[in-house]
Amino acid sequence: MQNDELQANVSQLLTTATFEEGGDWLTVNVGADELLPLASQLRDDQALTFNYLFCLTCIDWKTHLTMVYHLTSTQYRHSLVLKVKLDRDRPAVESLAFVWRTAEFHEREVYELFGVDFIHHPDLRLLILPDGWEGKNPLRKDFEDPINMIRL
Amino acid sequence: MAYVNDTASQFPVQVHETPDGGIVLSKLDDVINWARSNSLWPLTFATSCCGIEMMAVASAKYDFSRFGFEVARASPRQADVIIIAGTIVNKMAPVLKRLYDQMPDPKYVIAMGACAISGGPFFYNTYSVVKGADHIIPVDVYVAGCPPRPEALLHALISLQQKIKSGLTREQIKTGKD
Amino acid sequence: MFEEQGITPEGDLIVNVGPQHPATHGVLHLVITLSGETIKKVEPHLGYIHRSIEKMCESLTYRQFIYVTSRMDYLSAHINNHACALCVEKGLQVEVPPRAQVIRVLLDELTRIASHELWWGAMAMDIGAFTPFFHAFRERETINDIMEETCGARLTMNYMVPGGVMQDLHPNFQVRVKSFIQQYKQKISEYAELLTGNIIFKNRMKNVGVLSAEDAISYGCTGPTARGSGVSCDIRKLYPYEVYGKLDFEEILETGGDSLARYMVRIREMQQSIRVIEQLVDDIPEGDFQAKTKAVLKLPKGEFYQRVETARGELGVYIVSEGGTTPYRIKFRSPGFSNLSVLDKIARGGKLGDLVAMMGTLDLVIPDIDR
Repeated sequence: MQNDELQANVSQLLTTATFEEGGDWLTVNVGADELLPLASQLRDDQALTFNYLFCLTCIDWKTHLTMVYHLTSTQYRHSLVLKVKLDRDRPAVESLAFVWRTAEFHEREVYELFGVDFIHHPDLRLLILPDGWEGKNPLRKDFEDPINMIRL
Repeated sequence: MAYVNDTASQFPVQVHETPDGGIVLSKLDDVINWARSNSLWPLTFATSCCGIEMMAVASAKYDFSRFGFEVARASPRQADVIIIAGTIVNKMAPVLKRLYDQMPDPKYVIAMGACAISGGPFFYNTYSVVKGADHIIPVDVYVAGCPPRPEALLHALISLQQKIKSGLTREQIKTGKD
Repeated sequence: MFEEQGITPEGDLIVNVGPQHPATHGVLHLVITLSGETIKKVEPHLGYIHRSIEKMCESLTYRQFIYVTSRMDYLSAHINNHACALCVEKGLQVEVPPRAQVIRVLLDELTRIASHELWWGAMAMDIGAFTPFFHAFRERETINDIMEETCGARLTMNYMVPGGVMQDLHPNFQVRVKSFIQQYKQKISEYAELLTGNIIFKNRMKNVGVLSAEDAISYGCTGPTARGSGVSCDIRKLYPYEVYGKLDFEEILETGGDSLARYMVRIREMQQSIRVIEQLVDDIPEGDFQAKTKAVLKLPKGEFYQRVETARGELGVYIVSEGGTTPYRIKFRSPGFSNLSVLDKIARGGKLGDLVAMMGTLDLVIPDIDR
């Protein structure tokens, strides 16, 4: 399915979604509370069948955080990028661990590196960082660690 | 330096010929050091890329079992030398210390690769890397390279053997006294 | 860190495997709940080799960050470098000359063979057969010698740059690769006799760790792990890059989903890699080996994503650029991260000895997971 057909389908599913230009894949911006219903519909809809989440990450723009989800369909081979804008002081979004099981580990990683709270995640705790690093979110742009980090 | 000499690789004895054979004289320290250095058993401790070069040294082309290192033990209680092959990060540092403490004396440490010597390519702008394994345990031999060639690791093993045969402690070597 | 030990209220034993263990390929810490010898739950603890590569790359320029990525999944070091170079070229909109494209694909396939050889030797050693390890390293040494003559290093060679490759091929390259292929084709049948036909090996791998196709897609598995369950996901076929679109090779799929199926996928992939190399090594096109690029690279503002097929699965490089000389955010979507998450699902109900076979066929390289 081409990008304009995808755009039409997604606007039908969620009327408040906005779209961005540029790039190979269609980019859809949604609000934080509309994410979970849209994700379930994207996976279950027979014409779209986005059953494969291949990248889940977060970007720290110094005024806000953005969650980025890359989806693709193994049946039709079309791809989509979902973006959710989050508040920097209290970032919280619904967990997609029950829609795509791969989100469980990826969301744990984003939780420890950026501090985003995932509501209804089955097991939200540190994955890669050692004990005692809750609260210090190393990949944020204002992270300072004078003991460990030697700046060039 | 007194400990790097060519005769160190020979069996350290004096032979006195008698009509029926001979008598062999030596110092007990020298014989024990010779035996100890020719059968060092390494601990299998490989964290990252240098581990692959260590496995290459263990395999048939650059064989290290001809120097006595054949039996690579998985348990630290049965090992003599720990070859730190790979980066040490803050989460792994207590594990390394625990393994070193579990090894029985006399024990030796080889720091293999740039990461184990000083943090290597991960020195600047990282929050989780220990800048050198000698912040945690004392190191005997440093092998440079990223990763070091297998011949470099073999040279390090031979230097360690010569160091053991010399019978000097780390402090004596550092200050240059005999 | 080591508090989870002892006995649960139901009487199950909690055992730590790792982080220092000969059978975990790297530093992986598994906390296993056992009832007798049957596994009830497996929980991986990661982070023992977390070198904060993503944070480090934010202060390195686009030419400098490529050397760090070859240390991520060091067994397919060329393919990691290739992915980063392709992503930067996508941003700069630079056309890579045909000679460089063919050289890159040749080295990729040689790296894939070397990685699968090491996987084969290490997995056999874990299961208890020590001999294949030495056979595997013999092949790897030949490939390492070829790499060293051309690229300068054996394991972490930084040969791919944005625009092409760093230096031209050595004059001996074609001769050495052709003689390697001649010798290797006979060896593959030798390995089939040595390990694949062995009845003990088959009994240890058959019906062990069965992964269904829906689970493979939902857990995000890629590479031979998913292809062993019948999921078609080879990036070289679906989204071809460089000259892969013009080559004639098959994507190997098996339907069993168990460890033996994943094993057979990798063995056959080695044969397909030989086919690709044979098609390319005879006529490498003449020309430039590097496109002209500026000395200081600046990507335009935007986001770029590049997917390649490493020996373990799909690697994704996601660069967010704000127009400067260093990336604003880099994310590496590593194949091992998702492949590991399925270990809990397939290990339940099996025995402790089966766990070793399962970890072997998932082909995990832990620095790739921790980054």
